[in-house]
Amino acid sequence: MSLHNLDNLYRQTIMAYAQHPHNYKPMLETESYHIRKYNPNCGDIIDLAFNMNDDKVTNIHFYGDGCAISKASASMMTDLVSGKNRSQITQLVEQFSKMARGEDGDFKSLGEAQILSGVTKFPTRVKCATLAWHALDELLAIEK
Amino acid sequence: MIYFDNAATSQKPQSVIDSLVDYYQNDNANVHRGIYELSERATNAYEQARDKVQNFIHAKKREEVLFTRGTTESLNWLASTYGAENIKQGDEILISYMEHHSNIVPWQQLAQRVGANLKYINLKADGTLDLTDAEEKMSDKTKIVSVTHASNVLGVVNPIKELAQMAHEHGAIMIADGAQSAPHMAIDVQDMDVDFFAFSGHKMLGPTGIGILYGRYEVLNKMSPAQFGGEMIELVDLQEATFQPLPWRFEAGTPNIAGAIGLGAAVDYLTNIGMPEVEAYEQSLVSYALPKIKKIPGVTVYGPQDSEHHSGVIAFNLDSVHAHDLATALDQEGIEVRAGHHCTQPLMRHLDIAATVRVSLYIYNTREEIDHFIDIIGKIKEYFNREFA
Repeated sequence: MSLHNLDNLYRQTIMAYAQHPHNYKPMLETESYHIRKYNPNCGDIIDLAFNMNDDKVTNIHFYGDGCAISKASASMMTDLVSGKNRSQITQLVEQFSKMARGEDGDFKSLGEAQILSGVTKFPTRVKCATLAWHALDELLAIEK
Repeated sequence: MIYFDNAATSQKPQSVIDSLVDYYQNDNANVHRGIYELSERATNAYEQARDKVQNFIHAKKREEVLFTRGTTESLNWLASTYGAENIKQGDEILISYMEHHSNIVPWQQLAQRVGANLKYINLKADGTLDLTDAEEKMSDKTKIVSVTHASNVLGVVNPIKELAQMAHEHGAIMIADGAQSAPHMAIDVQDMDVDFFAFSGHKMLGPTGIGILYGRYEVLNKMSPAQFGGEMIELVDLQEATFQPLPWRFEAGTPNIAGAIGLGAAVDYLTNIGMPEVEAYEQSLVSYALPKIKKIPGVTVYGPQDSEHHSGVIAFNLDSVHAHDLATALDQEGIEVRAGHHCTQPLMRHLDIAATVRVSLYIYNTREEIDHFIDIIGKIKEYFNREFA
């Protein structure tokens, strides 16, 4: 039985987030920042939204149909960036991209999301992990 | 390894691989050009492949068989040549909700360019085509009806002959996308009465990069070439040129000679088995697999629920494991399936889902493989359904 290989990807923490995602709720349509992103490879959809108060991200949440990896990743990301400012978040997004590309580095700032580095061993699933982060990156690029 | 992704592409028999090697080692030359024996051998092999395909699909004339890069190129040619010349503002193109993107987007582009309307035939609850709706949506404005012969998701085989009759009554032409049917059942383009039929070599044991566009002679002969260059010309002047007769008028440049020869070898392989036998064997696999898949707790199978009306393409979801997670887990066990939207986003929206797992069977799959697959699915469900707190 080689399903134990899956433990490298579906770590306990990841599965816990996937089963009980954080900040997972439908869009209110009143958020000042909202984006819908598709993963063209698989059809997954994610809605990501937040407000900006005093250059700080508040009330960030996501919704959509996604696999365990994408839900866990979005959960960890929303927890991580909540209350942080634009430049702090931009750095975190860069760190996460670097980690997902399999590059070396110190990714302590990513906190729990570091556990998603296991995805580099499953190249076809990297996009599942990065979808929410790409959505966030695009939203941050919008100047309001 | 268990390969269950045959709707994406098939594995290749040794005879097909050997035919490619043999061509490159012994007969390699350009076709329709050289005044020497080697070129004649290459030309003969290339044109023999056309004859094999003609017999395979029961075309009336060999000139009706054009080599293309695959189904996608065949359909794009039709939209950019026949479509561009015959579709005007206000005309209608009728397709269905179960089409692959390659039988949607070329028509969308054409419709946008000329101001035509693209309409979709509805599906019934069991995923089959709603023929009453097809009838209602056809009018004298309808100029093209283009529908897949077999769905790459729903396991549905469409009644192309009936649709062709309806289309012709309204003066429209009938195009069938045969990518998922030509590999799996006997094809008779004359009996179906289609004007065009497109399919790919690589899904029917042949090489990638080679496919077919069949066109009824009378329609094809009036159609302009999609590309211009060598091989397709007759006489080139400074300002104008005349073209070769069918089929070469459509085959500009050096064609995929090895690919055509490889496809010919694949046709030989399938013909040796017999297409009715291929279909019967796959049907026996479906009758074995479908009830077992349906018995998995929490499973939803899309398309017809009885194996009698279901082809070797079985798309499903588990309520507790997302399609991609399931596909990754199956891959860890050496079982290759597809997960995703299968290039049918309008269909996925129609079914209100983002993705499915898809098992697609072919002649080399076995009941033992299906047993193992069902067994592993049970273990994967246990793996994912533990409580991770």
